[in-house]
Amino acid sequence: MEFLFASSVGLLTAAGLYLVFRLRTFPVILGTSLLTYAVNLFLFASGRLTIGAPPILMDGVTHYTDPLPQALVLTAIVISFGMTAVVVVIALGAYLGADDDHVNDPKEEGADT
Amino acid sequence: MSLFLVVALPFLGALLPGILNRAGRTVCAGTTFAVSLTALVGLLSNLPALLRGEVIEARVDWLPALGMNMNLMMDGLGAFFACLILGIGLLIIAYARSYLSRDDNMGEFFTYLLLFQGAMVGIVLSDNILVLLVFWELTSLSSFLLIGYWKHLPEGRQGARMALTVTGMGGLAMIGGMLILGQIAGSYDLSVILQNRDLIQADPLYVPALILILLGCFTKSAQFPFHFWLPHAMAAPTPVSAYLHSATMVKAGIFLMARMWPVLSGTPEWFYIVTCAGLITMVLGAVIGLFKHDLKALLAFSTVSHLGLITMLLGTGTAFGAMAAVFHILNHATFKCALFMSAGIIDHEAHTRDIRRLGGLRHLMPVTFVIATIAALSMAGIPFFNGFLSKEMWLEEVSHTTLFGPDWLVPALATFGALFSAAYSFRYIGHVFLGKERHDYPAHPHDPPAGMWLPPAILTVLVVVIGVMPFLAEPAVRFVTSAVLGGTAELPHEHIALWHGVTPALIMSGIAVTGGLIALTLFTPLLKLWDATPRPEAKVVFDAVIAVFVGLARIVTQRLHNGAFTQYAGILTLAIIAAGGHAWLTGESTASTREAMPINMIAAAGWLMLIVATAFLVIQHRNRLLALILMAIIGLIVSVGFAYFSAPDLAMTQISVEVVTIVLLLLALNFLPDITPSESNMGKKVRDGIVALAGGAAAMGFTYHLLMRDFVAPSISEYHLANSYKGGGGTNVVNVILVDFRGFDTFGEIIVLGIAALVIFALTEALLGGKVRARLLNRVPDKPLSGDRHPLMMVILTRVMMPLVLMVGIYIFLRGHNLPGGGFIAGLIVAIALVMQYMASGFNWANERQRYPYHGIIGTGVLVAGLTGIGSWLTGNEFLTSAYGYFRIPPMEEFELATAALFDLGVFLAVLGAVMLSLESYSRLARRAHTPDSEFPMDIDPSRDDPKTVGKGA
Repeated sequence: MEFLFASSVGLLTAAGLYLVFRLRTFPVILGTSLLTYAVNLFLFASGRLTIGAPPILMDGVTHYTDPLPQALVLTAIVISFGMTAVVVVIALGAYLGADDDHVNDPKEEGADT
Repeated sequence: MSLFLVVALPFLGALLPGILNRAGRTVCAGTTFAVSLTALVGLLSNLPALLRGEVIEARVDWLPALGMNMNLMMDGLGAFFACLILGIGLLIIAYARSYLSRDDNMGEFFTYLLLFQGAMVGIVLSDNILVLLVFWELTSLSSFLLIGYWKHLPEGRQGARMALTVTGMGGLAMIGGMLILGQIAGSYDLSVILQNRDLIQADPLYVPALILILLGCFTKSAQFPFHFWLPHAMAAPTPVSAYLHSATMVKAGIFLMARMWPVLSGTPEWFYIVTCAGLITMVLGAVIGLFKHDLKALLAFSTVSHLGLITMLLGTGTAFGAMAAVFHILNHATFKCALFMSAGIIDHEAHTRDIRRLGGLRHLMPVTFVIATIAALSMAGIPFFNGFLSKEMWLEEVSHTTLFGPDWLVPALATFGALFSAAYSFRYIGHVFLGKERHDYPAHPHDPPAGMWLPPAILTVLVVVIGVMPFLAEPAVRFVTSAVLGGTAELPHEHIALWHGVTPALIMSGIAVTGGLIALTLFTPLLKLWDATPRPEAKVVFDAVIAVFVGLARIVTQRLHNGAFTQYAGILTLAIIAAGGHAWLTGESTASTREAMPINMIAAAGWLMLIVATAFLVIQHRNRLLALILMAIIGLIVSVGFAYFSAPDLAMTQISVEVVTIVLLLLALNFLPDITPSESNMGKKVRDGIVALAGGAAAMGFTYHLLMRDFVAPSISEYHLANSYKGGGGTNVVNVILVDFRGFDTFGEIIVLGIAALVIFALTEALLGGKVRARLLNRVPDKPLSGDRHPLMMVILTRVMMPLVLMVGIYIFLRGHNLPGGGFIAGLIVAIALVMQYMASGFNWANERQRYPYHGIIGTGVLVAGLTGIGSWLTGNEFLTSAYGYFRIPPMEEFELATAALFDLGVFLAVLGAVMLSLESYSRLARRAHTPDSEFPMDIDPSRDDPKTVGKGA
């Protein structure tokens, strides 16, 4: 099971990185979203994997999964929505303003600032 | 008055001149004057206690963990400087009122001046060296603003930059020195450091600390080889030159050397560095000063020279030297400030400061002539003026000082410097005021109004009074000197007097004055000789050095910061992989301590779906709509995974975030092209693929390694599990962590989320206000729009669902403390309920029914959360301490109320507002781009018998 989880994280990371290396904004946004999944899963994994022991206290139950990474990942998920939304509006503004959705600055600009 | 108030008054007062700018120039200057006067009176109110031998203190712990405390202390030295700063400040303010023209922004000027004044007072009254450093940097910044006050003058801007660069670099060095000093002494409080002379001087780090601190002092006080910035700072308005560059700021370095004198002086290092720098600066400044034709440049170099003189006196490390230094600080401040003001008057009335174009002014400006002559004679060291007394003391000290060479070397050099010093003073009188009256002045000079000549006149009265009756000043000088000595040496027995008999000092003085007169008569041939001598121009060298650094920076920046973000991402990835690889290869690792869980069919199926969806996404990412659907599948499996691995809260959050994210991306996709064009060739794709796979493999290896091992150290999670119910009153540990244990984190997070939403709103506003608006209006949709944008079925369905979803939201919210749920999830669910209405019935329809602006909802959420946290202060607890209790209202079951629930309500509102504001902003972009809004929530509505609306808007 651990191998499945770890390989999922690895695959999401690889796919995310590959998309981040693309030259247009949309795939880069997709790539950062995939990286977000990977990072959140990794953080979640730092509490180790447990099945059937949610951190809801109940009488007579002594074994619970680690609640702390869950709390941290929960806010991370919500914040990452905010981040995606901001990045998308920036990308959108750039595209609508210049009719260009390239990630990199054009070559002739940026030479001198 | 408390020292805090004395320091704070100028800073607080700095707000006033800007506001009063429109009330008139006199009101503006008057207010500034009143502020300074109040601070001065407040300072003087501490004087009786000081004279009784107390040290006035005011202490507040600021950052005790760093040893940085807002401790102020006033002893004789601090009081002396503070009086100089505030007293001369008053004269400068009065002078500036008349000096500044109607075109100058007076409020701005006085605001900067008060900022500077506050920073200076802060330096001299600080007891904590870290606080002192803060004020030190503030003087650099405020003097930058003052020097560059006339923004239209390029010399002003360049001079300001040069001053900031030099003094700022010195300040940086000094920070290092002060930190070392604090480490050695074990405290950053001056009062402690000053007691540890032996400890500090025995430390191996004494020399580095000394050099670093002296770098700060020398740059600030324009000592060789950092003297060059001061003449260039003369582009400032004359009140600034008179204030900063004669009386106060340039004395800050000297103040610090005097302040540190008890601990730093007395060693050979101190003696050689400080005395040499002082002597060289003294001689060099005097020689250059004589040949300057600009009045202010002449005065600037004379200031450099006199600062060197004081530095040298401090460098010799004797008690007599310290007393002479203190006395000369006072005397120099009086005559030099008066001289600068007189130079300002001449510039103001004759419209030139070039000595070659002046001369014969004594009949035209008799008052200015008297003032300038008295001050200049004092500078030359003529008896009956105060400059004579301290210069005698300097020469006396010099006659006992031996540097590297033979005994006569230092006295000879000093006499040589004093000779030039006398010569430029005489030149100031002779070439400006004496001689024949001319007819070609740029403007007809006459004496200025009293507002301009009275301040320097007051100073010249002091010059004469001290010069004739030195016994009046002597008690004060001795009092200040004893503070400088700090008990490390006895006060000298010598008295300050006009006549000590025929001493070596008097002979040297006589040679200097006579030589000065001869030099002036020979001025023309000397000038020719000087002009023929090659010498480096400091500004050229400085500019060249700066240009080299700018060039280097540009090379590095252009190589690394070339606008290719993809390249940055690649470099970042490779760097992280390399760093991780290094750690992996060199670090130690244990064998796995956990057993792998068996794989079952369900998990394997989920894994397979994730793999396939991800692989397809990478292959098909150019088809943007398909890519979104694949993204949604991945998100779905991730949330199922969370649920599977005992994280129900995460699963619920992930799936609701997934919904709003996809809605958001769909809205954005509206404007973006459907297809991403292929730009990379095969080689680039393979290269990117290899890097990506390496990163993925690293992430996988790391995760697997982590999963197969137990915690290295005991986790703090046990604490949360054990105390969740006892301390937080909830059984859902994740929620209790969010709203209670780590409530402060959550509070920060909802603020961040709110800010993100506001950023989106602001960006949308900016886009719609600019050229994008026209673009959107003219945009022809590249895909055919649906004929039935708001289908009847969907409208009805969403309206029926609305109350149900809201109820689910409330339920999820209420149970959150004990079962999976809570504010975050409930906020997202309610947001989805609202978004459904927007999608189904149209923006217009939904917007009409929305009563509260989303900004307000975000703000309310943050406020509710914050006030809940503050509420715990009322019961004497820390911020965000939660309280809970159980209540029973028949016929309901017993239920729990916790303040954490109120906090969670804040979270709920903030999340709801943030999500809705983001989506609404996107919709507003969309509305600009499309056909008009539908009039009705349903495009086709059988109950409406108005055929012409049917199908409209397609």
